Amino acid sequence: MVENRPFLTLLSHLIMIAGVAIVALPVWIAFVISTMDATDLLGGVAPLWPGDQFLENYATILFQGEQASSAPPVLLMMTNSLIMALGIAIGKIVISIISAYAIVYFRFPFRMFFFWMIFMTLMLPVEVRIMPTFKVIADLNMLNSYAGLTIPLIASATATFLFRQFFLTVPEELLEAARIDGAGPVKFFIDILLPLSRTNIAALFVILFIYGWNQYLWPLIVTTEDSYYTVVMGVQRMVAVPDADPIWHYVMTTALLGMLPPALVVLFMQKLFVKGLVEQEK
Amino acid sequence: MQKRVTFSHRYLPYLLVAPQIIITVIFFIWPAGQAVVQSVLVEDAFGLSTEFVWFENYQELFADPSYLQTFYRTIVFSFSTAALAMGFSLLLAVMADRIIKGESVYKTMLIWPYAVAPALAGVLWFMMFNPTIGIISFLLGKVGVSWNHYLNGDQAFLLVVIAAAWKQISYNFVFFLAGLQAVPRSLIEAAAIDGAGPFRRFWSIVFPLLSPTTFFLLVVNLVYAFFDTFAVIHATTQGGPAKATEILVYKVFNDGFIGLDLGGSAAQSVVLMVIVIVLTIVQFKYVERKVAY
Repeated sequence: MVENRPFLTLLSHLIMIAGVAIVALPVWIAFVISTMDATDLLGGVAPLWPGDQFLENYATILFQGEQASSAPPVLLMMTNSLIMALGIAIGKIVISIISAYAIVYFRFPFRMFFFWMIFMTLMLPVEVRIMPTFKVIADLNMLNSYAGLTIPLIASATATFLFRQFFLTVPEELLEAARIDGAGPVKFFIDILLPLSRTNIAALFVILFIYGWNQYLWPLIVTTEDSYYTVVMGVQRMVAVPDADPIWHYVMTTALLGMLPPALVVLFMQKLFVKGLVEQEK
Repeated sequence: MQKRVTFSHRYLPYLLVAPQIIITVIFFIWPAGQAVVQSVLVEDAFGLSTEFVWFENYQELFADPSYLQTFYRTIVFSFSTAALAMGFSLLLAVMADRIIKGESVYKTMLIWPYAVAPALAGVLWFMMFNPTIGIISFLLGKVGVSWNHYLNGDQAFLLVVIAAAWKQISYNFVFFLAGLQAVPRSLIEAAAIDGAGPFRRFWSIVFPLLSPTTFFLLVVNLVYAFFDTFAVIHATTQGGPAKATEILVYKVFNDGFIGLDLGGSAAQSVVLMVIVIVLTIVQFKYVERKVAY
């Protein structure tokens, strides 16, 4: 610190505490509501202190689901979300790392053409080509399937760039030495490049897991059967009940369960998360 | 761009890029091409025949006052969201940068909203502002503001801006804090010796040095507000009341899936594609060169 100004330091702390409170308030209120009974919420504004229905609400939502909007049990939706998040994260990493390997370590016709083709995916988010993409999925009979939920999303320009960038920093001598020792491209990749990429893969995995878990529009259009709903899009069914108020304590229980896994990933892997976040934008 | 020493192999490199390229072609490039084709066609009511109409769909689109209004609304929405999210995060990042003790605790407590899905962020704020049970609408009622986003379009708009910005705070905070910590201490110390107070130092030294970060975040936030906030709106206000929260991405979805206007929806898709392409180029140009100041 440049100079000692106790008043400003105190003010900084106060602003930080206020900021943290503003950021955390909605989640706290959601938690309070998720421990309430339907009758507790009839009286108007939600209280600030939890009620006693915590176990009942969470058990109902996890194993039975909300009956009023005939949403499936949240445990099922969370399993779907998990499959989708893992499928997308692992799929993106695998296909990106091998295509980056080809682009950096091989010389072959159309190399740059392929590179630019991968680059183009950056400019074509699902949101801008919803209808035709839906048609492709429907024609391929991929609606209501885990393949339909994951495969179309696993092309990744950012992951490919990240690995390419990293491979370019790997010393040339490693490859020369490996070749002198008689290692072929596959052996070099598995024994030398993969172990070197471990931290990058882990950091990217954290970001991509969150990305996959939080998908909304894609599962919304690809799934029509309840049994393939993911939790993030499933909660919408409980909010948008026609001609009635949402059953808030169930909605909040579901919302909290839906944000728990990625939030835990961020909190427990904070270092990797920040690394992944910053590297992605290089 | 490439290694000096490379492997040469007849088919292995093609095998390695194949999965990525196949998915890109089937699920990205082909549908995008279809959108472009669809956008110059008109289909009759039964889907039996299509007719090539040049740019009629686009002309109709830009002659449609409701589309232009949605366009304008999207721009206001994006800049409000970006401004709110960035302003709040910058304030917090500057404070966190000052603090020596406990900085990492604050950082941890601010970082997790990144993990919250936009849809869930929307649902949380939808509840906070709910006219019956919401604590904020309750407090607003105390000071004489009657809040009902089910009826009042401006309030619904404000609601989605707040929800969208809230989710983006942690991202901006991480980057602003990294940017602030990269500002050379010697410059700040020199200014302090010359008698500049904390505010003067911020405006004359730190803020200008932070401009590459700020510009980068502005682009990222605009892209986020344009495209990733679909979930915030779809899960809460559904574009209503009376289209007050309908943004471009929501309109494409709505016109395509609910209204089944294929040509119009495709033309909208193409317009959006142009926007993404422009934003991506801006972003990449910046990454290549960094902003000079």
